[in-house]
Amino acid sequence: MGLTCQSCGKALLNDKFNIKLGNHEAFVIALAGNPNVGKSTVFNALTGLKQHTGNWPGKTVTNARGHYTHKDKEFMLVDLPGTYSLLANSVEEQVARDFICFGKPNATVVVVDATCLERNLNLVLQVMELTDHVVLCVNLMDEARRKGISVDLDTLQKSLGIPVVGTTARSGEGLTNLMDEVHDISLGLKITSPKNINYSKDIEEEIKGLVPKLENIFGNTLNPRWVALRLLEGDQTLLDSIHQFLYTEIYSNKDTEVACFYE
Amino acid sequence: MKNSTLSQDPIPLSNITVGTTVQVLDLKTTGLSRRRMLDLGIVPGTIINVLRKSPLGDPIAYNIRGATIALRKEESSQILVNPI
Repeated sequence: MGLTCQSCGKALLNDKFNIKLGNHEAFVIALAGNPNVGKSTVFNALTGLKQHTGNWPGKTVTNARGHYTHKDKEFMLVDLPGTYSLLANSVEEQVARDFICFGKPNATVVVVDATCLERNLNLVLQVMELTDHVVLCVNLMDEARRKGISVDLDTLQKSLGIPVVGTTARSGEGLTNLMDEVHDISLGLKITSPKNINYSKDIEEEIKGLVPKLENIFGNTLNPRWVALRLLEGDQTLLDSIHQFLYTEIYSNKDTEVACFYE
Repeated sequence: MKNSTLSQDPIPLSNITVGTTVQVLDLKTTGLSRRRMLDLGIVPGTIINVLRKSPLGDPIAYNIRGATIALRKEESSQILVNPI
């Protein structure tokens, strides 16, 4: 199967997520994070919009997107629903997960709350398992300072293996830095090496067995290690989404193998 | 995990009075709801503070790792804790 418009990520964006790229040169940036960390404030600060994004009504993605230009490149920012996890317990999580998985954004910015980093880092790890193109945006730095919390961004960056930027979206502090990092990641100027989480021996063995088969099925459309983990977990929603988003790509020539995985 | 702190028998979180701070010992749930609790930061060892009750006594608000989260009795009774 050749690389037709049908099979590339941007056509998928158009079809499934109802996102139309006026300019096909635009880089797609996903904005993820826990609820109430100021994702929408970051979104508004970057795009200059006054979007009151609030909660995610169903599966519509159209309303929460905006553009900005940085270093002569155009970026389209998609504000995802606030979630604690990407393991699809709810519609919101599924929307967020499907977008990062199948929408293939050029970079994903995970916004976290500097005042309670611990609870936020769960989502960061999940996004890092899914994609390499991650930038961590530690927001609400002013709030943290006020509470006497100092965040060691350098150490965080080293231990996670992804770029980390401290911001106060409300006042605009750090946003230029954030745009620089997003720019570098999207253009592939900077290669990240997200730290891999090692699971117990049994799980790692199973993963090792599944990954080659999954690589065979998905090629480079999905991270095989991540899919293997979800399969081991018995996540039905992922299979449904794969069916929905990648059907034409995979089923046309590899019917039987996928059928095996459905069992 | 420190086992030395397990002096008392575990109590369900739903039975803890307002104002008490407890430590999570175990989750009795499985599947999706367990996943959900883990995502909310409720893992063995987590410190939880009971903040207040709603007018009808259910749900109850808890401070879990810096966020206020309300849990129904159905869920909180599945979380075994020890007062600390």
